[in-house]
Amino acid sequence: MARSQERPGRRAAAALAALKSSAAAVLAAALAALPAAPAAASPDSGGGEGDTLTIAVSQPVDSLSPFLAQRLISTTIHRLAYDYLTNYDPETNETIPALAESWETTDEGRTWTFTIRDDVEWSDGRPLTAEDIAWTYTTMMEDEGAATANGNFVANFESATAVNDTTLRIELAEPQATMLALDIPIVPKHVWEDVEDFGAFNNDEDFPIVGSGPFVITDHRANQSITLEANDDYWREPPKFDRLVFRYMPEKDAQVEALRAGEVSFIAELTPAQADALRETENIAVNEATGKRFQAFTINPGARTQDGEEFGDGHPALTDRVLRQAIMRAIDKDEIVESVYGGYAEPAGGYIPARYENYHWEPDPDQALSFDVDAANEMLDDAGYETGDDGVRVSPDGDRLELRLHVHNDRPDYVAMGRLIDERLADIGIEIDNQTVDPGVLSDALYNGTYDLIFTGWSVNPDPDYVLGIHTCDALPVERGTMRTDAYFCDEEYDRLYEQQLANYDDPEGRAEQVRQMQEILYEEAVVNVLTYADTLEAYRTDQISDIQVQPDPGGNIWGQDGHWAWTSATPAQTQAASGPSVPAWALAGAGVLALVAVVGGVVLLRRRSATAEDRE
Amino acid sequence: MTAPPAAGATADAAPAPRAGGRRPGLPPTVRYLGGRVLTALVSLLAVMVTSFFLFRVLPGDPVTALTQGRAVTVEQLEAMRRDFGLDQPLPQQFLDYCLGMLTLDFGTSYQYRVPVSDLILERLGPTLLLAGTGTLIAAVLGLVLGTRAGWRRGSVMDRVDTGVALTLWSVPSFWLGLLLIVLLASGAGLFPTSGMSTPGVTGPLNVALDVAHHMVLPVATMVAVVYAQYMMIMRSSLVDEAGADYLTTARAKGLRDALVLRRHAVPNALLPTVTLIFLNLGRVVSGVILIETVFAWPGLGSLFYSGLRVPDLPIVQALFVVFAGSVILMNLLADLVYPLLDPRVRT
Repeated sequence: MARSQERPGRRAAAALAALKSSAAAVLAAALAALPAAPAAASPDSGGGEGDTLTIAVSQPVDSLSPFLAQRLISTTIHRLAYDYLTNYDPETNETIPALAESWETTDEGRTWTFTIRDDVEWSDGRPLTAEDIAWTYTTMMEDEGAATANGNFVANFESATAVNDTTLRIELAEPQATMLALDIPIVPKHVWEDVEDFGAFNNDEDFPIVGSGPFVITDHRANQSITLEANDDYWREPPKFDRLVFRYMPEKDAQVEALRAGEVSFIAELTPAQADALRETENIAVNEATGKRFQAFTINPGARTQDGEEFGDGHPALTDRVLRQAIMRAIDKDEIVESVYGGYAEPAGGYIPARYENYHWEPDPDQALSFDVDAANEMLDDAGYETGDDGVRVSPDGDRLELRLHVHNDRPDYVAMGRLIDERLADIGIEIDNQTVDPGVLSDALYNGTYDLIFTGWSVNPDPDYVLGIHTCDALPVERGTMRTDAYFCDEEYDRLYEQQLANYDDPEGRAEQVRQMQEILYEEAVVNVLTYADTLEAYRTDQISDIQVQPDPGGNIWGQDGHWAWTSATPAQTQAASGPSVPAWALAGAGVLALVAVVGGVVLLRRRSATAEDRE
Repeated sequence: MTAPPAAGATADAAPAPRAGGRRPGLPPTVRYLGGRVLTALVSLLAVMVTSFFLFRVLPGDPVTALTQGRAVTVEQLEAMRRDFGLDQPLPQQFLDYCLGMLTLDFGTSYQYRVPVSDLILERLGPTLLLAGTGTLIAAVLGLVLGTRAGWRRGSVMDRVDTGVALTLWSVPSFWLGLLLIVLLASGAGLFPTSGMSTPGVTGPLNVALDVAHHMVLPVATMVAVVYAQYMMIMRSSLVDEAGADYLTTARAKGLRDALVLRRHAVPNALLPTVTLIFLNLGRVVSGVILIETVFAWPGLGSLFYSGLRVPDLPIVQALFVVFAGSVILMNLLADLVYPLLDPRVRT
């Protein structure tokens, strides 16, 4: 009787037990993987033979097609897998020959003739000729899809033709000084001419991908990793590591931990706090580089279209240059460097960061709009901005100086700067309505002209043409909302200098002087106000990388170089093979599994015991 | 969500068809099922329409966001806008969107330039693996601990278990994940810090072991944070049953305590937990966005996040529909399974 009743109970018990054991089984299976795993812990045993360099990256690849790729991670990979007409010197940032050995200009700078190296081969063994280069450029000129990423470089081209295998001729509509700064990866015509839709072809199906650079792309796992193998036949000195792996890790703190664990050899874009912490860590070197980027805010001088039609609701007093300059005098750049960047930045002078010595401009100490609250207050007093009863000034036209400040909520440094600016501008009787918002909201405000002060920042290339071009009158929107830049700036003298420097293809020194004069205008007008050049902070494991080239040298960066220098120069450290933690990991893992089994088993046993004991009572 | 009220309502209404037989052609079960399916379809339609407008309200222009900080000409911007179909008037865009959705063509991602359906299929596996394993372990753990705690309510073990579960429940998964990475991955070196696999590992067995090894920390994080909900539901429904007369009867006829629990109390207390599990199975697809981000797990959650930042409209629209759709589907399944589990719902 009792027995027959027990059966269904047993079944239930068995079901529970099965559930329990299945959970245990999953856990055990997960843990059992451990012994197989020490391979995973050391980057050099990731796959195949030789030394592997693993780099953590924060972005997934958008496209492996050089015609489409826009993200820094993708263009970085293209710099490794393809060649360019010219390169930038790793030490000085100056233009040096690459595929083009030499060049000459005729027809007042409208015709450029490049002599192409004859010893370059694609990774499939076919020779790289002028025809490949001409085809790459022409495709971008003729096909809208192929122009997606880099169309701006060929916008002024009339034609690009291969006169013979080693001669490339480019005809321009207007002379341009940026002909030696064409950041266009050259693709093999014999592979790419079969592509039907350049706007949809992502170049990620046939591995290895045919290229001519120092590395060959051999594998891509979307949102996980990209693997490149060294091209031992590269025409420059071949890379020292045999393999590069870019691992996608979106979380910065997780990247730091992966570096500590030795799973990755290099991480970039550290915060000052992370850099300070890693500085203390054994076998890790922190590289503190002068920044390519500047951090700035722009003042709305009155949004308008190219035809002069005004729109938006910027504060009317901001059309007054005196007020804009006073705002700049009230802001303490040194304070920003210290409290926002912990000293890892430089207070800004001109628009072009100090690392580009040729083009950088510093204001004269006498005329500088440097930090001086008293001077700022005096300027405003003299210009008729009276202080109201509530301590906030009123413009001569009777408008209270309450200004909106738009801050990107995803940029901790901008948020901190915004708070400082709130305080400093209160010192000169300006009230700030701080709007820390989503970048989308912010760009809507910018394009509709519904802002007063707004943060911005650009990464500046060795050739500064583009960042200068966005402040010409031509960059104003054709109609409301179609803007492509970050300030409604328009100045005749600035435009005249811009045209001159762009056409100045044969006098680099003269061009640099023109660029410096343009920065002086920007500085005086105080519409585009550069605050700092933040340092680039990055770290690598010295027990895996013994030597690596920075750009410029000294003081330059490793990640985001204009060239492949860092990753071709990186040298494996001798000690790399002896990765310390892997052996103890084995032991620890085994101990962990045993402990877990013991605990689980113990609990189960105890429960059985206590259950029967109670039941017996 | 609709299940519990439906249970009561249908039970009350049960005698009516039998007495009146208003619709002789439709048996009550079919009407019950048909009603549920119809409701699900209407919900799905509403989700589709919402999805289109919801993400167009998002501030920011995809084209300017994608070209942020890059040198581009006005022509390039216009070409992109045309390519994405953003130059069309809104009604036309809506029409295209609806036609696409009905034919399961979700469009092409702005940022990755591949069909969104490919992206979703590619990411579905990792998410199901991570969130599915996590949910399974959490549910089993929650059920076992909840039963234990509920049966001996007020004991030291109950208080400790409940306290631990609620503490973990209130821990941010993001923070716990990082803590585990610091302690067990970079600290003790037991596990990889992130990712789903090691590049270069080949062979089915090695790959499986490699993935399992990568899974331990993210799954542990997920289980630790979510098992409390299963435990608390199980515990409270068992406590509800604890005073029931049939248990007294069972004890009176001499059954051992453990048997009373297993055979009588647990099966009855299981019902609310099953509902919860089903609802959560629907959410498995939407993944565990924060955990996927911390551990660089290539799943749907991180895809959604990357889509939102642009905004990559085809991705977020499609994922919104897929996420909502899977919840609706699981809800429907729960409704359909209910009559099997609980005789009171059968009509």
